[in-house]
Amino acid sequence: MSSELLRAEGIGKHFGGFVALEGITMSFAAGQLTSIIGPNGAGKSTFFNILSGALTPTSGKLHFRGRELNGLPQHRFVHQGISRSYQITNIFPDLSVHENVRVAAQALTVSYDIWRNRARLTELNARADTALEAVGLLAKRGELAKFLSHGQQRALEIAIALASEPQLLLLDEPTAGMGPEETKDMVALLERLAEKRTVLLVEHKMKMVLGLSKRVVVLHHGRLLADGAPDEIRSNPEVRRVYLGQSEGYG
Amino acid sequence: MTSPSSGEAVAEPASNGLGWLLEQRVLLSIAVLAVLPWLLPSQALAVNVLIYGVVVMGYNLLFGYTGLLSFGQAAFFGAGAYFTGIAIGRYGVPWFAAVPIAVLFSTCLAALIGIVSTRTRGIYFSMVTLALAQLVYYVALQASSFTGGENGLRGFTVDRINPFGLQVNFLDPVNKYYVLMAFAALAMWFQSRILNSPFGAVIEAVRENEQRARACGYDVERSKLIVFMLSGAISSLGGCMLALHLSIVPLDILHYQTSGMIVMMVLLGGARSFFGPFVGAAAFLILEDVISVWTPHWQLFVGAIFVLFVLFLPKGIWGTLLDTLRVGKARS
Repeated sequence: MSSELLRAEGIGKHFGGFVALEGITMSFAAGQLTSIIGPNGAGKSTFFNILSGALTPTSGKLHFRGRELNGLPQHRFVHQGISRSYQITNIFPDLSVHENVRVAAQALTVSYDIWRNRARLTELNARADTALEAVGLLAKRGELAKFLSHGQQRALEIAIALASEPQLLLLDEPTAGMGPEETKDMVALLERLAEKRTVLLVEHKMKMVLGLSKRVVVLHHGRLLADGAPDEIRSNPEVRRVYLGQSEGYG
Repeated sequence: MTSPSSGEAVAEPASNGLGWLLEQRVLLSIAVLAVLPWLLPSQALAVNVLIYGVVVMGYNLLFGYTGLLSFGQAAFFGAGAYFTGIAIGRYGVPWFAAVPIAVLFSTCLAALIGIVSTRTRGIYFSMVTLALAQLVYYVALQASSFTGGENGLRGFTVDRINPFGLQVNFLDPVNKYYVLMAFAALAMWFQSRILNSPFGAVIEAVRENEQRARACGYDVERSKLIVFMLSGAISSLGGCMLALHLSIVPLDILHYQTSGMIVMMVLLGGARSFFGPFVGAAAFLILEDVISVWTPHWQLFVGAIFVLFVLFLPKGIWGTLLDTLRVGKARS
């Protein structure tokens, strides 16, 4: 196993009386693709929002590269090296594709600079183009983001998350709402991304997750149900009972 | 064509004539303003276009580019004017020093109002800015020993100025216009720099998608506060210009009707366009001039025209014109 990047210790989240997450303890190693799965309402999104700083856990601690993240405002998470994409496309619709990514790329360095001309910050522009190239959108860089197809917007979503060159990339259902053809492209993209980066994926499409991940974490009713290699998960009777055996129509 | 280096390849190329022209927006705007007194029916109108243009341009930074609908911009317009008048009339500060002092004080006021208001969103933001601006109005009304209260601030006439050793009669309308235009040019240059800067990209990202801007690593509240202060600073410069122009500061300048007029001007001209505020100020003031000649109820007509604009030309006069030119260019 390679070195530990992120460790969650007894993470819990309550919304009033409702327990969304309870006692999640796990650690994520650098350089592999891990998927989080579970039926709807299992707490995947809550866990994801905690990892990206959008929610503060009710209990438990998060450590990232040895540093405790608790109490850090959401916008500081990117500065620590954690970046996320969204399940529902969440881009800057009236900005150009290039600008969408470039504005994300500058967050760590020149964000409040009111003096320099951003068109001349060539390093940032180049970094934005690198991220666009990685997701196959370089040819569309001049277009307004709102005019992209759904699949392209999903790819842009990932390029924005990539632009800050994160050490941990959190992807929330990157294939949400995609047809089979677009899904295939996205899977290829995810495979390419996972070669060099630590990726944490929340997904609904079981078959895709098992083929793609080195490790799969199963949540159920806010608790950790199973954690292991795809083969172990596939044969785990508990997992089969709560997840695999159910019809896709659940939720 | 030689192949460009990797650095040049990523810079946005000025691909067509229109694009190149729009990049020279500061120089072009100054050129238009320089001939304005001869294009408009009166020089008094031209001076007002200049002053309100600067005020509305500052407001455009907040409303057009950041998407924050404030109903309290009059507070900074008025603050600029009052601080200039008080500095000159009460403390005998020379006019050229009074202007930066007034802008500085107004920016501090913007910081105070911004700290409170930028914590709220949407309609609450609009209401908080309105309420705080009214507070400034009542302070100016009550502190009459400083501000002249209802009568407005008087007694600080600037009649003769000598920039760079030149003797200039400031009561001459043409001289006055060009001196004030220098301030407008400075404001335009500053605004253009902000818009081209990395921070200019941040405010657009905040307007487009606050949640994502936060997830990208931006402190959204801090960004809003900074832009609120910059916007207040630029609008207050318009106030300084008004004080130098009129030699009095009417109390009405702080009234919420002035804030409403600023909102109307930016929408008439075109929010999110660089020169739109000047076009909007000109359109509003010309309408007022023309219609008030034959009816005292001119506001009724200006209001009706405003409604038509919001319904049918949401990008305003200048914004729509630019769009038309761009589409024409793309088709040819």
